[in-house]
Amino acid sequence: MRQLLLKPAAKPLVFLLCLLPFAWLAYNVAINNLGANPQEALIRATGDWTLRFLCIVLAVTPLRTISKTPQLARFRRMLGLFVYFYVVIHLLSYSWFDMGFDVPEIAKDIYKRPFILVGFAAFVMLTPLALTSFNRAIKALGAKRWQQLHKLVYAVAGLGVLHFFWMRAGKNNFNEVFIYAAILAALLGWRLVQWFNKKQ
Amino acid sequence: MLIKTNSDGFNHPISSEITSQNIYEGRRDLMKLMAGGVAGAAMATWASREAHAMTPKPGKLAALANTPSKIAGAMALDKLTDYKDASTYNNFYEFGTDKADPARNAHTLKTTPWTVEIEGLVKKPAKYTLEDLLKLSAQEERIYRLRCVEGWSMVIPWVGYSLSELIKKVEPLSNAKYVEFVTLADRKTMPFVGSAVLDWPYVEGLRMDEAMNPLTLLSFGMYGEVLPNQSGAPVRLVVPWKYGFKSAKSLVKIRFTDKLPATAWNKAAANEYGFYSNVNPAVDHPRWSQATERRIGEEGGLFAKKRKTEMFNGYEAQVAAMYAGMDLKKNF
Repeated sequence: MRQLLLKPAAKPLVFLLCLLPFAWLAYNVAINNLGANPQEALIRATGDWTLRFLCIVLAVTPLRTISKTPQLARFRRMLGLFVYFYVVIHLLSYSWFDMGFDVPEIAKDIYKRPFILVGFAAFVMLTPLALTSFNRAIKALGAKRWQQLHKLVYAVAGLGVLHFFWMRAGKNNFNEVFIYAAILAALLGWRLVQWFNKKQ
Repeated sequence: MLIKTNSDGFNHPISSEITSQNIYEGRRDLMKLMAGGVAGAAMATWASREAHAMTPKPGKLAALANTPSKIAGAMALDKLTDYKDASTYNNFYEFGTDKADPARNAHTLKTTPWTVEIEGLVKKPAKYTLEDLLKLSAQEERIYRLRCVEGWSMVIPWVGYSLSELIKKVEPLSNAKYVEFVTLADRKTMPFVGSAVLDWPYVEGLRMDEAMNPLTLLSFGMYGEVLPNQSGAPVRLVVPWKYGFKSAKSLVKIRFTDKLPATAWNKAAANEYGFYSNVNPAVDHPRWSQATERRIGEEGGLFAKKRKTEMFNGYEAQVAAMYAGMDLKKNF
């Protein structure tokens, strides 16, 4: 299994798998199968996939440590960039398809709706992570500074859950929110335990 | 510092923008002319709906015979929403809070036998069966815009008659100031009754003059057929100039009272959902703007633009007089 992960075909394969949700959504857009409110459906679906990829990328380190599969680390950058990919489509679905790039209206939304403010904050935090994902940036920053910067992903996880929670708050409809919160709490909690053990 | 404004939540039109009465009254004649083919074949089919035709039935449920309403404002000229969208994109929290839930879950609703209890400050309280109500007055087709508080809207051809026909029969007492509407809340057939989102049963209310307005509709069907369960079968209210949550579904009780009814969404969030909840682009919901709406099924699919929301959902001519002199920002 570990050797399979090192094969040259592994990365393109994972890349294609990560694109599947996008392909499925694009297909449903093309055949107009997103229901009565396609803008809303697209915003929700891309938001879901951003959260899911966030869980996936945050699972890499615990998984490779527990299963002693360091080869998994090869995929972390790609998975992280897919988080950014889906968050960009999520943002475009909102600002273009829903709001028609009406900047004053978008500004009003950010001001009126805390969950949108929090979502924007998460996007703003993810951007430097995406911009410093390539090798030259890592060299320029140096390993220690790069690692500190990329710890922002923990804040992004928290803001992402808060964004989802506040969005659902009007209808007291929290089941899905709690699932993501539990997964992310476990993934972040594992890191907390590791850090604590190291300090001992 | 107190700055006095004329802003009472109602954007008064410039007098030059108000259609003169004779042109307004004459528009049905214009429609009939067009139906005769004067304006071209394409316009004729659209206009003939206004003149005399009935909406094509989806072929899903039992037909409900009706004739097009002649009440002023009752036949919107907007394009009809597809039956598929109108029957699969619903808010009916008794069956779940996702839009797809009611269509998926409402098959458990039992719509027969059905009674609506009329009680309170009336001379003739009674229990009306659905059959009694269906026969009480002539069934009309009414094409109404429905604007949800969430910011989307539809155009639906309802079947029913003015609530005022029922009210006249039960003879409210002089001190009856409000009408309260109660939806069925049966845990056995409605899986989400008991969920934390709202108090159950779902209660709505109107002022007496609002209830007597000819546009206020007691509805038994849509698209020429009986109501699908997810749309509030077998009998519901439709109040087109107010946000959609005022149009209570699956009615089991209509109570005449002198006290302001405690309505479901007002109880859940009084600062967000007022008793009146008239559609008003100048009065925002605390958490989002009400200036625009997404018309479900609008041309352009994913790229369809939102449209401007109209005062009283475009029913200003028929309802504004009821709110003359009221501050609609305070009484939202």
